[in-house]
Amino acid sequence: MSESRIRVVLAKLGLDGHDRGIKVVARILRDAGMEVIYLGLRQTTDSIIAAAEQEDADAIGLSMHNAGHLTLAPSMLHALKDAEMDVPLVIGGIIPTQDVDELLSAGVSGVIGPGASAEEVVDIVRTAVAAVARSSESGPEAG
Amino acid sequence: MSLRKLSVEQLLERASTGHRGALGRLLTLAENSATSEAVTEATFGLSKAAHIVGITGSPGAGKSTMVGQLVAHLTKDSQTPPAVLAIDPSSPLSGGAILGDRVRMMDVDDVAFIRSVATRGHAGGLAMSVPGCVRVFDAMAYDPVIIETVGVGQVEVDITAAADTTVVVVSPGMGDAVQANKAGLLEVADIFVVNKADRPGASDTRRDLDLMLDLSHMTGQEDTEYRPPIIMCNSLVGDTVGEIADAIDTHKQYLQSSGKGVERRAGRARFEVANRLRQQFEANLEGVLDSDTRVLTQAAAGQISPLAAANALAEQVLRF
Ligand SMILES: Nc1nc2c(ncn2[C@@H]2O[C@H](COP(=O)(O)OP(=O)(O)OP(=O)(O)O)[C@@H](O)[C@H]2O)c(=O)[nH]1
Ligand SMILES: [Mg+2]
Repeated sequence: MSESRIRVVLAKLGLDGHDRGIKVVARILRDAGMEVIYLGLRQTTDSIIAAAEQEDADAIGLSMHNAGHLTLAPSMLHALKDAEMDVPLVIGGIIPTQDVDELLSAGVSGVIGPGASAEEVVDIVRTAVAAVARSSESGPEAG
Repeated sequence: MSLRKLSVEQLLERASTGHRGALGRLLTLAENSATSEAVTEATFGLSKAAHIVGITGSPGAGKSTMVGQLVAHLTKDSQTPPAVLAIDPSSPLSGGAILGDRVRMMDVDDVAFIRSVATRGHAGGLAMSVPGCVRVFDAMAYDPVIIETVGVGQVEVDITAAADTTVVVVSPGMGDAVQANKAGLLEVADIFVVNKADRPGASDTRRDLDLMLDLSHMTGQEDTEYRPPIIMCNSLVGDTVGEIADAIDTHKQYLQSSGKGVERRAGRARFEVANRLRQQFEANLEGVLDSDTRVLTQAAAGQISPLAAANALAEQVLRF
């Protein structure tokens, strides 16, 4: 057996076919010691929820390039809430600065812009995971 | 309420009523050393004797794609839902991993349960946590439990110790059949799938495998009652997954009628118990060496031989 590791489900929601960015993020997270479950293109909120449950994801990373973030991110958050899952959602892609605050106040845990360095990417994910872990840590760890 | 706060027993209770997040969480606890034994203790008595199917073969042979199709078939056909453990390698540098098997098995995870597992430093194509994770699935009435190994290059055939039925996937070209022979995969195969049967050379691969099986039968290396079938498959469409499922069933029946199944399970129990004893022994040994430095000092000074030193400490190691 082994030490626990941060597990991140990475996916593209919606129809656009750019997967360069998400592949780069996958490598960055792997190189930071995380386990990345890569779902690739054309996922739906349902398929992402199913994967995150089965993989017991510590975070979900969604990449968006078709300017759908203001509708797609909230619908993902909604789906998570419906499934009673306290998994932080991180959004990556070309997100205009003026939209970042709106996403964060809607409940998104972090936004990875196109210019983010590897350190920043790792930091955003770690911070998002730590925040949720803290808020659910009052009880005993199972086992 | 957060699943992180629940005990193993509470998670088991939820998982048994179909809560998939609880099952996902249990698998995490089975993977992590701090909690894995607690999960084993809570699940070992709940076995429903699920059939365990190992899928192995060289990197890129099409294992995941084939498993995706097989699972799609099984979810329509079988009484109990299938589960998949899909293993991919961890990076030796960072310890992280990109787990990419699941991507090839989409659209089946509403009935089947698919879990990606990183090797976390374990060699041999599997992860240390595999028996524990299989036990969790078995306890929750998933059957069969399918294990996809890391793409194996050489004789890393741990899978036979973990599975009841081992399926070796080969693809045409690049001498895959010959490679499989060299790699020792021929001896471990209960079923062969020649995948990518839509590609040129597939029938040559089949013929090569057939010849090699003939040979090993003649030299008596193989079981004479059971000859592994060879099934051609194009996993992009899954044309013959029904045949593969039937072959798995046939092998399962053979295991039962021949008594080989009992043998395999006994071997598995021995393997797991031996592993634990080894770990315990190793820990004791380090403990004794750390606490009793007198004998080591004598050995270092050449006053007693290494053998004499080991003999002097052996008793303590067992009792530590
Ligand atoms: N033409 C053809 N391509 C296939 C077939 N099965 C799989 N592939 C392709 O082969 C590539 C590798 O398939 P995977 O299923 O990922 O192979 P794998 O053995 O699981 O790979 P690893 O887990 O990395 O060892 C993918 O591009 C598949 O689409 C097939 O039957 N025919
Ligand atoms: Mg694979």
